[in-house]
Amino acid sequence: MPIAVAPERPAVRSTIDRMAPPSSFGDKVFKWLTLAMALAVVALVFLVGWQLARGSSLAIRRFGFHFLATSTWDPVAEQFGALPFIYGTAVSSLIALIIAVPLSIATAVYLTELAPPWIRQPIISLIEMLAAIPSVILGLWGIFVMIPWLRDHPFPFLKKIFGWTPFFREPIYGVSMLAGGIIIAVMILPIITSVSREILRSVPNLQREAAYALGATRWEVTRIAVLSYAKKGLFGAVILGLGRALGETMAVTMVIGNTPQIRASLFAPGYTLASVIANEFTEATTDLYLQALFEIGLVLFGITILANLLAQLLLKTLGSTIKSGAVQ
Amino acid sequence: MTKLLRLSSKILGLSLAFGLSATASAQMTINGAGATFPYPIYSKWFDEYAKVDPSVRFNYQSIGSGGGQKQITAQTVDFGASDGPMSDENLAKAPAKILHIPTVAGADVVTYNLSGSPALKFDADTIAGIFLGQIKKWNDPKIAALNAGVNLPDQEIVVVHRSDGSGTTYIWTDYLSKVSPEWKQKVGTNTSVNWPTGLGGKGNEGVAGQVKQTPGAVGYVELIYALQNKMAYAEVKNSAGKFVKPSVESIIAAVATAQIPEDFRFSITNAPGNDSYPIAGATWLLVYEQQKDAAKGKKLVEFLKWALTKGEDMVKNLDYAPLPAELRERVLKRVDEIKI
Repeated sequence: MPIAVAPERPAVRSTIDRMAPPSSFGDKVFKWLTLAMALAVVALVFLVGWQLARGSSLAIRRFGFHFLATSTWDPVAEQFGALPFIYGTAVSSLIALIIAVPLSIATAVYLTELAPPWIRQPIISLIEMLAAIPSVILGLWGIFVMIPWLRDHPFPFLKKIFGWTPFFREPIYGVSMLAGGIIIAVMILPIITSVSREILRSVPNLQREAAYALGATRWEVTRIAVLSYAKKGLFGAVILGLGRALGETMAVTMVIGNTPQIRASLFAPGYTLASVIANEFTEATTDLYLQALFEIGLVLFGITILANLLAQLLLKTLGSTIKSGAVQ
Repeated sequence: MTKLLRLSSKILGLSLAFGLSATASAQMTINGAGATFPYPIYSKWFDEYAKVDPSVRFNYQSIGSGGGQKQITAQTVDFGASDGPMSDENLAKAPAKILHIPTVAGADVVTYNLSGSPALKFDADTIAGIFLGQIKKWNDPKIAALNAGVNLPDQEIVVVHRSDGSGTTYIWTDYLSKVSPEWKQKVGTNTSVNWPTGLGGKGNEGVAGQVKQTPGAVGYVELIYALQNKMAYAEVKNSAGKFVKPSVESIIAAVATAQIPEDFRFSITNAPGNDSYPIAGATWLLVYEQQKDAAKGKKLVEFLKWALTKGEDMVKNLDYAPLPAELRERVLKRVDEIKI
């Protein structure tokens, strides 16, 4: 082989030599173009934040820190406090995560590790279809199907068993913080499941095989070789879900009861930041009222960014315990 | 396949030709934005008016009364629309004088969910008491006194109100502020308020849905929504002491008897007169007295005149209440004063 090629070698080299030195122009354009795009995204985030802050400057000056710490929302007297909405957003998102995370990750594990191929594709398609249902349709389904059912069956059951805790005490209306959390759970299930499935699929088979070789059972393989290997990525999937949960608006508005109050009972109606904007923005006629709604937007924006930063921080500490960088 | 291709190219050619001819005729577009409550009748008007005067096209965005007031003040639209009259404070922000042109009226009805759906009667005291959270049970003596013969259960009242800002809530709270000093002092009048009690439902459908789903619930929705969905609703005692069923006729009666000031920023809640339904309100178009664009202004005035004459004749078909003839005359006179 080498002998056959040998005579050609100088010729090849001379062709390369004769070619113009590799032009870096295209590379440069490519580099600056992508950089510009990346910066545009960053600029967009700042622009949104700046615009929200500018739009709410009057309210910020008027209420200051009290805006975050008081509970009165009175458009007539122009007294605005965001605390019940912050509470509602946090609690409903938390309920959603508590319900959706185990469900989604278990589904993803089943689909990647256990499910026979013939059942895998139909389930994946169904989950993707769930993601395609418009929010407002889910909300209508929530009002007319989910709420009556929750009110008649699971809620009284929960009250009977956990009625001694403050969380399941008050009268049951159906529309409630818990119902809001449940509908958000339905909405973030597909994204957490899909991302988790992709992450589990990217775990190298070598990992599994090595564990099997050590005599691990199927559960042990899943736990040691797959789940702990993919921990970081799964955490990322949950954060993506949280991001959606914080901003979910339409369906939540329809089932949460829209009452700005802070109650321990999950049966009591609540309110979220996104819902109050959707509800009141169109008919807000006075400047201060409109600005207060802008400030609600700013708070929601801040919470979303804060949640992401915290997630990054957690991920870093997680990252130091796991060396593997296979899952990005 | 080739047939199909040929057909589709023909269609494409046709649609192109139409598109070109439409732009060639230089149609004028008049932009408006605002209230959602009158949107069905306004879009019907614009449709019908296109047959009367094909040279002008109306583009109306139902973005809410707040948006309507903001946009007309900022002069980004040619006319605004609002379910509540503009406040003095907001009018002062406008660069020039804005006229209120009332167009149609509507009403809020009290709807409830009681087993057996008995026909109920309410008065100002009971409605205010329920919505202030002071009357808590259906068998409260105050409700029982108005409804002799009805078997009222010992059941908790679940109040349902609108969670979104709306003209419906404006009419509701305007009524309660007029009839209950306590309401006026504690809550007040607005498109959305700090509710003393109850659950919030989004839109008429949200309130209706929650009332329908919740035993013992009571709420308010637009008359039009109640009529079109065949819901049961209560009679309400008016200021003359008569119980009146909400209807297009009883709204017209309320407009006819109400005190209407020169600037047309009126309220017809708790109107006098034996036949007036007390929880009613009007909706307005907002236009500048001095039109900036002469051609557009002329077309807008022509449309307003048409709407207040021929247009008013078709509002009943959509369950809105038209303005009484005498008020129409007054409004038409004002439209004539618009300077082009």
